[in-house]
Amino acid sequence: MKLHFCLPFLLFFNCFWAQTIEVGANKPIKTIKEAIALAKSGDTITVYKGVYQEGNIIVDKKIILQGKNFPILDGQSKVEVLSIKADSVVVSGFKVINSGYASLNDPCGIKIYNKTGVVIKDNVLENNFFGIYVQKGTNCIIKNNTISAHQKEEQRIGNGIHCWKSENLQITANKISGHRDGIYFEFVSNSVIWRNISTANIRYGLHFMFSNDDAYISNVFKNNGAGVAVMFTKNVKMFNNYFEENWGDAAYGLLLKEISDSYIIGNKFIRNTSGIYMEGTSRVQLEKNIFKDNGWGMKIQASCMDNQIAFNNFLANTFDISTNGSLVLNHFNNNYWDKYEGYDLNRDGIGDVPFHPLSLFAVITENNPSAMLLFRSFMITLLDKSEKILPSITPDNFVDETPEMKSLQL
Amino acid sequence: MNRIIKIVLLDILKNKIVVSYALILALLSWGSFMLENNTAKGLLTILNVILFTVPLVSVLFSTIYIYNSSEFIELLLSQPIKRKKIWISLFTGLSVAMVLAFFLGAGIPLLINSPGMAGLMMLLAGSLITVVFVGLAFLSCILTRDKAKGIGLAILFWLYFAILFDALVLFLLFQFSEYPIEEAMVGITALSPIDLARIQILLHLDQSAMMGYTGAIFKDFFGTAVGLLISFLLLVLWIAIPFLVSVRKFETKDL
Amino acid sequence: MITLKNINKNFGKLKVLQDVNLEFKAGECIALIGPNGCGKTTLIKSILGMVLPDNGDILLNNESILKKFDYRNHIGYMPQIGRYPDNMTIEQIIQMIKQIRNSKATLDEDLIKAFKLDKMSDKQMRTLSGGTTQKVSATLAFLFNPDVLILDEPTAGLDPLASEILKEKIIKEKNKGKLILITSHLLSELDDMITQIIFMQDGKVHFHKTIKELLESTGENKISKSIATILKEKQHEQDN
Repeated sequence: MKLHFCLPFLLFFNCFWAQTIEVGANKPIKTIKEAIALAKSGDTITVYKGVYQEGNIIVDKKIILQGKNFPILDGQSKVEVLSIKADSVVVSGFKVINSGYASLNDPCGIKIYNKTGVVIKDNVLENNFFGIYVQKGTNCIIKNNTISAHQKEEQRIGNGIHCWKSENLQITANKISGHRDGIYFEFVSNSVIWRNISTANIRYGLHFMFSNDDAYISNVFKNNGAGVAVMFTKNVKMFNNYFEENWGDAAYGLLLKEISDSYIIGNKFIRNTSGIYMEGTSRVQLEKNIFKDNGWGMKIQASCMDNQIAFNNFLANTFDISTNGSLVLNHFNNNYWDKYEGYDLNRDGIGDVPFHPLSLFAVITENNPSAMLLFRSFMITLLDKSEKILPSITPDNFVDETPEMKSLQL
Repeated sequence: MNRIIKIVLLDILKNKIVVSYALILALLSWGSFMLENNTAKGLLTILNVILFTVPLVSVLFSTIYIYNSSEFIELLLSQPIKRKKIWISLFTGLSVAMVLAFFLGAGIPLLINSPGMAGLMMLLAGSLITVVFVGLAFLSCILTRDKAKGIGLAILFWLYFAILFDALVLFLLFQFSEYPIEEAMVGITALSPIDLARIQILLHLDQSAMMGYTGAIFKDFFGTAVGLLISFLLLVLWIAIPFLVSVRKFETKDL
Repeated sequence: MITLKNINKNFGKLKVLQDVNLEFKAGECIALIGPNGCGKTTLIKSILGMVLPDNGDILLNNESILKKFDYRNHIGYMPQIGRYPDNMTIEQIIQMIKQIRNSKATLDEDLIKAFKLDKMSDKQMRTLSGGTTQKVSATLAFLFNPDVLILDEPTAGLDPLASEILKEKIIKEKNKGKLILITSHLLSELDDMITQIIFMQDGKVHFHKTIKELLESTGENKISKSIATILKEKQHEQDN
C-alpha cells in the first residue's frame, strides 16, 4: 500500500532530479564508460573536449549523451565506437572516428541495436567502416550528422547511413561522402529521407531495396560512383531531389529496378551518363522533372509498362530517350523536348506535330553497343536527320502526341 | 627552302579564301561559345568543325591551289632548285598557312574558353587533321594531271574519310555483331585519320563514359599515355605516307 | 655546249621524242620549229629537267644534267605562258627569283628599263595583261646573265615595240657568245636573229641546218619561204 502510494511520486522525483554527469580531463570523471556506469535512466552525460580512446562504448541506459566542442571518440581502427542498446538514447555533438573494420559484424561509428526512439544528431563521423547503422530500429531520428570516409580500398569502406529492417525513421540533413553507399535502406518502411547531401560515394549515393512506403525528398545526390539505385520496392515517393554528375561506364542518375506504383516528381537530373535507367518498372508517374545535359535522359527497357511521363523538360541531352525493344507501353504527354522542331499554328502552346523522342542512333547503339564507337561521327548526324524526316527503323508509336512548345516552368 | 616556304606562305595568307576560312571558323567558334554560354556545347561545335569543315576546306583549297600553281612550279623548276625541295616547300607553306588559319579561327577561342586538356587536344587534333588533308591534296594532285579529276579525287578522299568510312564501320559492326570485335575496331579506326582524331577528342571531352564498354576499351588503349602517343604517331603517319608517295611521284613527274 | 644523245620520250603510247641527237654550241642562236605537238616544248623541258627522258643523256659542258639541278644556274628560261603567284607584285616576283637564285653574278636589268617595268613595279601579277606578264618572264630569263637562254614562243603576245626590244636583246646576247634556243611559230620573226634552224616533226629531228645551208638548198632568201618550200615538198612526197 505504501509502495503504491510512493511509486508515482518516486517517478516524478526521479525525473525532476535527473542528474547531469560531466566527463573531461579536468573533471572528476575521466571516462565515458565510468559515467555510463554511474548514470541512471534519464540522466545526461556531458563530455568535454578531449580524445577518448575507450574501446567499444556501450550505451545501455536511457540517457542523453552530449559532447561539448566535439570530443573525439576514437576506435583506433579496432572496435565499434558507440553501441546503443537502450531505447530513447540521444547522442549529439561528438566526433566519432576510426572504427575497426571487419567483414563479419560490420563495426560502426554508431550502431543502434533493435531500439526505439533513438536520436543521433549533430555528430561528425570520420573514417569509420560503417558510419551510422540502424538495425531493427523504430522511430529513430538521424539528423544533421556529417559522415565521411577516406579509404581507397572498396572492401574497407562500408555505408554512410545503413538502415536494415527498420520502421518510421527520419534521416534528415546529413552530409555523407566517401563511403560505399551514402545511404543504404533495406527492408525499411514508412520512413523519410529528407534534405541530405550524399556526394562522392564509391557506389551509390542512395541504395534502396525492399523498402516500401518511403519518401525521399529534397536530397542532393552528386558525383557518386553509380548514382542512386532504387530496387524491388512499391510505393516510393521521390520528390524534388537533385541527381547530378554521376558519370561513368555504368552510372545512372537514378536506377529503377522492379519498382511499381511510385511517384517521381520535381526532380532534377543533370549531367549524368543516364538520367534515369528503368527496368521492370510499372505504374510510375514521372512528372515535372528536368533532364538536362545527360548522355541519355531516360533509358527505358522494354520490360517497363504503364508509366506516365508527362510535363518534364528534356534539355540538351545527347539522347533524350533510348529503349531496347520496339514494344512501347509507356505514355508520353506534354513534355518539352528541346530537339522538337515542330510548329504551333493554333497557338495553344502544344506542338501540332507529334514528337518522336527516339533517335536512330539511340536505337542502333542499344542493339549494338559497339556502334557507340561512331559517337559524334558526321555520318551518324546525317543518318539521324534522314530518319527524322523519313522514320523507318524507330518504332512509330514511341511518340509524344502533345509536345510543349516552350520549356515548362519547373 | 625557307625562301620558297616564305613566298608560298605569304601568297596563301593573302588569299581571300583562306582569310574568309579563318573568319568563318572564328565566327562559328566565338558564336557557339558565346551563344550557348556553355563550354561543352562550344566544344562540340568545334569538334564538328574539325571533323567536317577542316578536312574539306584543307583538301579542296590545297588541291586547287596546287593546280593553280602549276606554272609557278614550272617557273621554280627552271630555277636551280631541287625538285624535292620545291614540293616539300609547297607542302610546308600550305600546311603552315592552313594550320595558322585554323589556329586563328578556332584555336584562339578554344584556348580562351576551354584552356584545359580537351581544348589543347582539339587544337592538336585539328592541326594534325589539317596537315593530313593537305597531304592528301598533294597526293590527289600528283595522281592525275587533269584539274577536274584531281579535285574530284580530293572530294572523294574527303567523302570517304568523313562519311563513307564510318558507314563501312557501321556495316561491319552489324555484320559481326555476334563476335567480340571491339578490339579489332580499335585497329580499324586507325585506318581513318578523322576517326582517330574524333576518338582522341571524345576521350578528353568527358564523354567517353557514354561510349560504355566500347569506350572502356578505347580508354584502355587510346586513353593511356602510350595510346595517346600511338594515335598521334598514326596521325603523323597519315601525314607522312600520302605525302611521301606524292614526293616520289613528283620527282619523276613530267611537267 | 649542250649535247643531246639518243633521247627518247613516250607519254603513254605517244612517242613524243624519238632518238633525238643534237648538239648546240655557244654563240649560236637556234630556232626550234615544227607543227603543234612535234615535241619542241618537250625537248626544251627535257633540257630544263622538267621532263625526264626515258633514256639517252643530256650533257651541258660535257656533264650529264639528269637528276641534277645546279646546272640550271647557267640557264635562263622564258616560258610560253608565265603564271606567277597572283598576289605578288612585279617587284616582289623579281626579288623572289633573285632570292631563289641567290646569285652573285652581276644582274642584267636592261629589260626592266626597256620594258618600263620599274614604273609599275608595285602592280600585282593578277592585274597584268598577258603581254606584260610575258615581259616579266623575259626579264627574269635574262636577269642573271645565263650562258644559255631558252625562250619558248618569246614574242607571242608582245606588242610590236616590245617584240622589237626583245629581239634586239636576243641579238645582243647572241653576240656576247651565249647559246640561245628559241621555239616559235612566227617564222617571219626569226629572220634577223637566228643562225641555225631545227625542224621537228612527230618527235623526230627532221633537219638541223645553218641558215645559210637552208637558204641555199631551197634557193629562197627568207627563212619563212624556204621552210614553206620544204613543207610543200614534203606534202608532195606524202601525197604521192
